Amino acid sequence: MTATPQSPTAGPRATPARPLTRRAAAHTLRAGLVLFFAAPLVFMAVSSLKPDGQIFSDTGTIKAFLPIGDVSLDNYRGVFERVPAAQFLLNSILISTVTVVAGLVINSLAAFALSRMRWRGRKVVLSAIIATLIVPFETLALPLLWWVNKLPWLTANGFQLTLTTGWLDTYQVQILPFIANAFSVYLFHQYFTSIPTELDEAARIEGAGFFTIYRRVVLPLSGPAIATVAILTFLPAWNSYLWPLMVVQSEDLRPVMVGIQYFFQLNVAWGQIMAYSTMITIPVLALFLAFQRSFVNSIASTGVKG
Amino acid sequence: MLWTHNAGNDKELGVVRQIIDDFNASQATFKVEYQAFPQGAYNDSVVAAAAAKKLPCLLDIDGPNVPNWAWAKYLQPLDMPENRFADQLPSTVGKYDGKVYSFGFYDVALSMITRKSTLSRYGIRVPTLKQPWSGAEFTAAITKIKSSGDFDYPLDLNTGATGEWWPYGYSPFLQSFGGDLVDRSSYTTASGALNGAPALAWAKWFQGLAADGMVAKKSGQDPAVDFTNGKTAISWNGSWAADTVTAKFDDVLFLPPPDFGAGPKIGGGSWQWGMTSSCGSREGAQAYLNFARQTKYFVEFGKATGLIPASTTAAAQLPNYAPEGKYRVFLDLAGTAVVRPETPGYPYISSVFTKAAQDILNGADPKQTLDKAVTDIDNNIKQNDNYRS
Repeated sequence: MTATPQSPTAGPRATPARPLTRRAAAHTLRAGLVLFFAAPLVFMAVSSLKPDGQIFSDTGTIKAFLPIGDVSLDNYRGVFERVPAAQFLLNSILISTVTVVAGLVINSLAAFALSRMRWRGRKVVLSAIIATLIVPFETLALPLLWWVNKLPWLTANGFQLTLTTGWLDTYQVQILPFIANAFSVYLFHQYFTSIPTELDEAARIEGAGFFTIYRRVVLPLSGPAIATVAILTFLPAWNSYLWPLMVVQSEDLRPVMVGIQYFFQLNVAWGQIMAYSTMITIPVLALFLAFQRSFVNSIASTGVKG
Repeated sequence: MLWTHNAGNDKELGVVRQIIDDFNASQATFKVEYQAFPQGAYNDSVVAAAAAKKLPCLLDIDGPNVPNWAWAKYLQPLDMPENRFADQLPSTVGKYDGKVYSFGFYDVALSMITRKSTLSRYGIRVPTLKQPWSGAEFTAAITKIKSSGDFDYPLDLNTGATGEWWPYGYSPFLQSFGGDLVDRSSYTTASGALNGAPALAWAKWFQGLAADGMVAKKSGQDPAVDFTNGKTAISWNGSWAADTVTAKFDDVLFLPPPDFGAGPKIGGGSWQWGMTSSCGSREGAQAYLNFARQTKYFVEFGKATGLIPASTTAAAQLPNYAPEGKYRVFLDLAGTAVVRPETPGYPYISSVFTKAAQDILNGADPKQTLDKAVTDIDNNIKQNDNYRS
């Protein structure tokens, strides 16, 4: 009897072959998506190292994504000669950070009151807050300009405080109108609602008040929501363009996005634009990379797409 | 306070600073300070400041906006007689309702940029301002270049640009066909000017350029770079590109646009200086403008920017613009420039024309598109009570 040449491993081999193909397909798909989304950033960073003529001659070829040819840091040098870039970056960091930190406190407190405290009319208030999301900023910009031009402010003159009118051309006019944010309140509200109320009751038995419950119970469990709100508040603050154009005249108060217009002269400095864009994209990428796990968790748990 | 659009443009801002320093040093009564804004953001900043009643005393204005800003009471007329500007290019003096509101130190001019070697390779005549290409001659020239296959496109009209470039760049062709953006005899309608037979002929020609592959529907971001990289043979571009192209080629020609029947036309009107209605120190603002309007500053602007000096006296002091100078052709072209309609309704006309021209280039029916543009412009003029001052 002749043994049939049967490979004892044939069966088991066939089984993992399919997952391997699938895995390869999945990896290829993922790699394709990475390339697709990374391509503009790579093009920007690589072009920032090339002279204008080469940027255009490389466009349409693979060379556009490779740091080859006449590569140098001249565009970065040019950026600092043309624009007070360091000042603009500092301004944007200050404006965005204060807006984010203050926004986290104010909006989470509002959401806590709406989700954990029982009071008459809270559903109406929540609906009214959410309803404001449908109003685009462009329609509010002019009325807001009128208001901030009439609002009082205390200005320090040495040791003396003076009451002045109008917030134009200040840091506060770029920060205060954007701290309270309906979307952040909604996101916190959704997340807080998912935290069991039994924890509040247990804390209350221990003698905790509302603020203690907010600070010691709810906030420590809301890391993903905090990360998401931080990123979603930071991005528009960092990318703010129209509002600073309208309310800021002094160069030393301008944020980074207004700075990009410095390069659009009759002869556009494309290489410098790429260098400046690379510089101002780095903080955004760094923030996202720092919070990406919490960000994804929060998006997954709240079902909200930013 | 003085506002200027020159942030990021050190050369031009340097001259503004020099004038301010000289003025402040020349007297002790007034002191001018400045704030520079980036050009792309400037108009929005001025309009927002006007809404908040926070305009400065002095500002610069893009020429076509002068009538609108004068009508909106942002500006007040200059206390300078009109004959004071007799030696300036007409396109560099901003007027509205018979009064002078602004003046500029320079202008820019459009031309057909190409190379002598390119024209001789295809046996194409070099046109002059007196003997420009006719429409048919121009079409034959770009057809011949296209059939060689040597270039991506024989003609670059800078269709990838946005905003004011469209009326600035393409309404001169419309005017050369005999049409216009609005009826300039009354400024109360665009009917006939923008949808009459000449305008329709322009629209069909314009659409045909893209349909026949003579121009890209959306050109590259920088036509000067595409020209120097050999992608295009003839580039419809401004005098600001002159240094870039002459640095690359030594046989560059700056040619007048074709004559489609009503003569070769280019647009005119660049940045100009004026004073605001809300200025608390009218005498100071006027003193500054009087001081600034010296030939030496026209020359300084010309040196710093390379743009066309607004006065003939200044031009004579700049080698590039003196007779036989390498950029003299721009001065000659600027002398024949057609200013954009001097009406407060121009910003709206500009946006409607831009949309219509873009639609036509992308294949929309020329007649319907122009009729719709005329309806929109006429409605806007009516809604604003004919922009009466």
